[in-house]
Amino acid sequence: MWERIREMMRKELRQALREPRMRVLLFLPPLVQLTLFGYAVNLDVERAPIAWMDGDGTPASRALRAAFEGSPHFRVVATPMREDEGRELLDRGRILMLVRVLPGFAERVQRGEMAAVQILIEGTNSNTASILMAYATRILRRYADEVMAERERRTLRALAIAREAPITVPELQVQTRVWFNPDLRSRNYFVPGVLVNIIAIVTLILTAMAIVRERELGTMEQLLVTPLRPVEFILGKTVPFALIGLVDVVLVTSAALLIFRVPFRGSALVLLLGAVLFVLTTLGMGVFLSTISRTQQQAMLASFFFFMPAFTLSGFAFPIRNMPVPVQYLTRANPVRYFLEIVRGVFLKGTGIEVLWPQMVALLIFGVAIFGLSVWRFRRRLE
Amino acid sequence: MAASSSDIVVRARGVTRRFGEIVAVEGLDLDVRRGEVFGLVGPDGAGKTTTLRMLCGLLEPDEGEIEVAGCDVRRQRERVREDLGYMAQRGGIYDDLTVEENVRFYADLYGIPARAREERMSDLLRLTRLEPFRRRRAHQLSGGMRQKLALVCALVHRPQILLLDEPTTGIDPISRQDFWALVAELRKGGMTIIFATAYLDEAERATRLGLMYRGRLLRCASADVLRRGFSGQGCEVLTPERARARGVLRQTAGVVEVEPFGAALRVFFDPALTSPEVLRRALEAEGIPEVTVRPLAPSLEDVFIALIRQHERADRGKGGGDRVGH
Repeated sequence: MWERIREMMRKELRQALREPRMRVLLFLPPLVQLTLFGYAVNLDVERAPIAWMDGDGTPASRALRAAFEGSPHFRVVATPMREDEGRELLDRGRILMLVRVLPGFAERVQRGEMAAVQILIEGTNSNTASILMAYATRILRRYADEVMAERERRTLRALAIAREAPITVPELQVQTRVWFNPDLRSRNYFVPGVLVNIIAIVTLILTAMAIVRERELGTMEQLLVTPLRPVEFILGKTVPFALIGLVDVVLVTSAALLIFRVPFRGSALVLLLGAVLFVLTTLGMGVFLSTISRTQQQAMLASFFFFMPAFTLSGFAFPIRNMPVPVQYLTRANPVRYFLEIVRGVFLKGTGIEVLWPQMVALLIFGVAIFGLSVWRFRRRLE
Repeated sequence: MAASSSDIVVRARGVTRRFGEIVAVEGLDLDVRRGEVFGLVGPDGAGKTTTLRMLCGLLEPDEGEIEVAGCDVRRQRERVREDLGYMAQRGGIYDDLTVEENVRFYADLYGIPARAREERMSDLLRLTRLEPFRRRRAHQLSGGMRQKLALVCALVHRPQILLLDEPTTGIDPISRQDFWALVAELRKGGMTIIFATAYLDEAERATRLGLMYRGRLLRCASADVLRRGFSGQGCEVLTPERARARGVLRQTAGVVEVEPFGAALRVFFDPALTSPEVLRRALEAEGIPEVTVRPLAPSLEDVFIALIRQHERADRGKGGGDRVGH
């Protein structure tokens, strides 16, 4: 039995690795994806172009502008004089935000009255818009705090001189410390996620296609008259792709650590265990898809049809807690979600099995169930 | 059948297989003796492939029993596999593997030890003259060579019985010749061979033929016996006035069918009711000039078509009889 499985695996690997084109397909897309998510996909907002409309023209308003220009998040690219000019800049997408300081700003500040600054944000991309808004609000608040503190200090100093005794000013400092991803780099969040995508694609799509190919070519019929049993056939077909998938894991992890300097705080063994459990599910799914597809194209389309929603609902790009409650429950039936949690846990938090075991058990249950179902369906289809 | 039962290596009794509503094979009885080259002949959709698939255990019959080399195909599948070689219609060749790799792959699935494997592979490649192409990938082989490679793969475990499903479909005539020479060679070595084909000229290669039509095995005999059994029932008529002669013959008692064939007419008749001599006289009585009647040397095609017609007539007759009975 083992000899036949080994022989089947050897043949499969030989076929998969022989064609230069196929070799490229197995190992290049993971690296391309990694590069894309590592360099290109970036949700952080940096150096956003903004326009500055100063209707006041006082030292106070210039100080506010300096505060914006001093931030790494903004850069002032235009100073329109009229409102319609500013609007046009927004319309044309030249700027993402327009800040208008209304006349009388300095005077009102001086008097301690309510001073108004109008901010118009390009809201097409809601994510960027809310980040910009948060940054702008933070700068304005800091400015306001400074003004307040300055006033207070002046009053207190005057008071101290009057009383001829020093008065200490209480100070409250807020220190924010972010754990696990201190620089808040989205790269750290996405790059480990790429692993999930790559393993799923290599194991799921290639397995489904490799099995369907035997049927398409008519070699399946020939194999079935040999002593090769269906279970041996399936193992011989799936294990090679599991191996290729795991090689991809090592490849992508190394690249993530060396090139993108993504932190890896957990244990490689935990990651590997998670990957093996996840691969059980995707291979099982691959076999299942092969039983419902007649041609390789169908197998490929079916794989995408299954994988795209699973990936979207995994929390890779869109946080699960933002989804409607029923959908949140639905994601519990999504194996991709559990593996993603394991991957991010291992990379960023350094969590071990003592925390991640529920995810692993979930993957094991999925894997065994799907694999069992597929083998059963596969045997029935041979009849 | 006179042959002793130990001589019969493939035996089917009352085998029926349906696919949903369609009856692919119906009530098939078949005995193939050791050392025979048995040809299953019939048009597409006659049930040849289904029959072969059931013989090698790829499909289970809905009814009936099949024994191969004395083993029940359903219950002793593992043993039957050792004794059977099967070459599927499209062959089991992997295009992206070399000739050697293909053969080794199948040999290893049958658990043949490496040394024996290399020896057998060399023998078979020499026999099929594929030796020079050992390291060539299968997709670079011609259709004929590919088919021979498929044969090598089906033979590598030294089966006693070889099943070939339309082995030469889509292959050039010279390669076909070549392929059948190989089959003859194998037969000399004592192998029993069962093949399916839609080509009647190829059927001549068989020591015995089974004509299949619409899931039923109509007749089993050697090509000679089939032809001889038929020769009293047909003749060729030559005359310049072919069209008129055809009309006359159609009116003559005992004539079953008149078909133009080249310059002549082929006449099939019931020997109990008429004879070539009677036909000639009938034509001359109608004033048809220069009548020549000669016995027909029927091709297998003639025999086959006539058998199918007979069968259809019998079916219709049966239908009519049933109606009378009710």
